[in-house]
Amino acid sequence: MKRPRLKLLLASLAVPVLFTGCRSPDVYYWGHYEDLVYTTYAKPDKAPPELQVQFMEEDLHKAISANKPVPPGFHAHLGYLYFQLGKTDLAQQEFVTEKTQFPESTVFMDRMLANLSKK
Amino acid sequence: MKTRFLIPGLLAIAMGFTGCATKPYDYANFRAHPPRSILVLPPLNESTDTRGTYGYYSTVTRPLAEMGYYVYPVVVVDQYMKENGLPTAGEMHQIPLDKIRDIIGADAVLYITVKQYGSKYQVVTSTTIVTAEGKLVDVKTGITLWEGSASVQQSSSSGNIIADLVAAAVDQAINSSTDQAHYLAPQVNVQMFTTKNHGLLYGPHFPKEKEQ
Repeated sequence: MKRPRLKLLLASLAVPVLFTGCRSPDVYYWGHYEDLVYTTYAKPDKAPPELQVQFMEEDLHKAISANKPVPPGFHAHLGYLYFQLGKTDLAQQEFVTEKTQFPESTVFMDRMLANLSKK
Repeated sequence: MKTRFLIPGLLAIAMGFTGCATKPYDYANFRAHPPRSILVLPPLNESTDTRGTYGYYSTVTRPLAEMGYYVYPVVVVDQYMKENGLPTAGEMHQIPLDKIRDIIGADAVLYITVKQYGSKYQVVTSTTIVTAEGKLVDVKTGITLWEGSASVQQSSSSGNIIADLVAAAVDQAINSSTDQAHYLAPQVNVQMFTTKNHGLLYGPHFPKEKEQ
């Protein structure tokens, strides 16, 4: 009985150390963004655009309540999902929001916006 | 998505740090061309696990963004390139820099190579290892701003042969279906990007009050 307990103790000690490290609290509200990016590739059938949009809209509300900005790329990703769903107006709005939040994205977002107006 | 925290908790974790040479990195080029934005391309995968490229790619945005950089939306970029005749990471890594400047507008490109990615099963233990290299290149000049690498290993073993045999069987069942290496990749990033005197410098969005 002693061994498994020791193992459990070791695990419970190791995990917090690994995951907290020396980092201070995050600047951005990450929500499901990373998991959705991963699932898009690892299990595409589990991450259809409709479901991703649902998660991201929820995250957006939570970010506002937490008074934190959403990370770089969040609005662009959401815009791309709207585009996939044929919601061009919402897509356009998100691409513009990405540009406003992060002017560094301007060249790429302008390209996305130009693509929208072509279709 | 909860498994991310649960599975490591089930295992006794041993970590192996490598790299971390003693001589500090020469940041002269980095300081001369400090980027605001970083385009991360899908990593080249030299491991035998086909999940290496995207299992790793999805973990890179967060550490770079939290260090103060604008990071281009990985899925949108990847999809855009695929639609424009570049289906693989290998082809994307060949894009000329002036094209990246024109199409994406990035200040710097981060090229990552995943050297090792995956889990190995011995009789009583399982070992997951992820090793990666990164190279940050200035888009305007083509100068290398930074290079780094890191490796993290995690294994399970308690010293009790019976318990380990059971645990190894469970590990194998869990690991082969859950892409355990993906959950180790964030630690590789922490090591590669934030190790003092070897990691990246902070970017323009990094809060001043957090700098030490």
